[in-house]
Amino acid sequence: MMGNSETLARAGLSSGDGAFAAWSARRLLIIGGIGLIAGGMIFGDIFAVFILHQNAARISEALLAAAHAVGAQDAHGVLDHFAAIGRFLEHRGTKVDTHAHMIAFGYLALLLALVQPYVALDERRKKQMATLFLTGAIVLPVSVFLIYYVGLAYSPLETIGWASIFADLGGLLVIIACLGQLIGLWRYVRRGRSVETRAASLLEWSWSSRALLVGGTLLVLLGFLYGGYYAAVDLYAHEAGDVATLRTIIERAAANDMVEAERAVNAYGLLQADQAVKIAAHAHIIEFGLLAMLLAFVQPYVFLSERWRRRWVVVLLIGSVILPVFVFLEIKWGLVAGGIADVGGLLVIIALLGMLVGVLRYTGRLDAEGGEVR
Amino acid sequence: MTRSQKLLIASGLALAIWGMAYGLYYALFDEHQTLDRMGAALATSFARAAERKMPEARAALQTYAETKFEYVREVDVHSHWIGLAMLLIVLGVVFDHLAFEERRRVMVALGLIVGSIVFPLGVILQTVNRGLGPQALAVIGSALVILSLGAITLGLARKGAG
Repeated sequence: MMGNSETLARAGLSSGDGAFAAWSARRLLIIGGIGLIAGGMIFGDIFAVFILHQNAARISEALLAAAHAVGAQDAHGVLDHFAAIGRFLEHRGTKVDTHAHMIAFGYLALLLALVQPYVALDERRKKQMATLFLTGAIVLPVSVFLIYYVGLAYSPLETIGWASIFADLGGLLVIIACLGQLIGLWRYVRRGRSVETRAASLLEWSWSSRALLVGGTLLVLLGFLYGGYYAAVDLYAHEAGDVATLRTIIERAAANDMVEAERAVNAYGLLQADQAVKIAAHAHIIEFGLLAMLLAFVQPYVFLSERWRRRWVVVLLIGSVILPVFVFLEIKWGLVAGGIADVGGLLVIIALLGMLVGVLRYTGRLDAEGGEVR
Repeated sequence: MTRSQKLLIASGLALAIWGMAYGLYYALFDEHQTLDRMGAALATSFARAAERKMPEARAALQTYAETKFEYVREVDVHSHWIGLAMLLIVLGVVFDHLAFEERRRVMVALGLIVGSIVFPLGVILQTVNRGLGPQALAVIGSALVILSLGAITLGLARKGAG
């Protein structure tokens, strides 16, 4: 079994090596990537506990009020209630997007850190690309988060507000940075550069890396199998059920049969919840699989004893299974399952922070050895 | 870097850029309009029901259903293309660790790449053609991804502690 120092020495990543030097592209991307993922997950947990369920209840109440307005033949009232539903949906949608984009950009940052040895650009240009990427990766989710609050205030456009414009700008920065990386990769392929040794040593074949890699691939596979099952069995049934239930609400309310209308509103809420948890379970198991695979490559930079590295790996994999499984069980087990799922998310966050501490310790050691401590 | 690694990493980056460009285009020119259309159709359906104009209410509900059908798939395509692109890149970096000979690794890589392109393509084509063709494309694409992932898991597990 290889220790940390041995792995680092083999990888040629000792002090003074530009690959992980202070403020190098790879260091920026690894620390930025883990930070974005941990930040996105903490945001997701806060959203799940304080906003998600309350928001769903408000949407249900507004839909019920709209059904009552149909019964009372109050078309203006209906529109008012739908305006409220629109605001609730935007509130929820922008929070989900913030969470999803932070994590996705975190993954992409780790990915780009991995391929840096294959990017044939000088270090200054690589650093510019990494900075551009991280700027876009922060601007986009922050702007998406603000969309609900900023609205169309002072916007020069009819349907798109300033927050959306900045979010799109963030996306554009990320695309430009990725294009830069692609150009670097293309140059590498054309030149046939001889960096095979360093590139090959990116993955230390230690217990921690292997467990993360095999466990991650397995999680992604399970997520795809479940996604295939969902698409075949539930997707079209959900879509048909969605319209059928709404039709029942409208027709029963128009016939002043409010008991049936209310029952249909409740059924609609349950259907939406069923759909949401199944999609969330599918998405989360795949995301955690990818995260585990990416973290397998970060292990050489986690400057902790092998025992602690194993602990964080096990905690991460356990959390990665608990969260999607108990999100899936939320419809049957209710808040108990929701609470357990949140604990799963917390385990992943703790493991991520543990690994981040290891990476920071590594950078500190490297800088001290290279005389970069000020 | 082996041929299978180059294939996976280059395809992954190209697919990620394609997926993000599609997302940017969608966010700028289609998403807000689609969401407005969807919300307006549902609100109109309820408002017409309040006015007891039931045929119009049902027509508006149908518009809502069709718009939502499109919206779900348009968003799914964006997230699946980017997610699969990331998977291609990660696996590309580690592909030389698979306990297969290079010829077989290239075959598995090609299966994963083709599946990653074709599966979301089949999903988005369902918005223009509700027939069996796009559905079959999506099923074939996802089957290719699943089979390739199964082979990769096996290859990584067989590599063992070597």
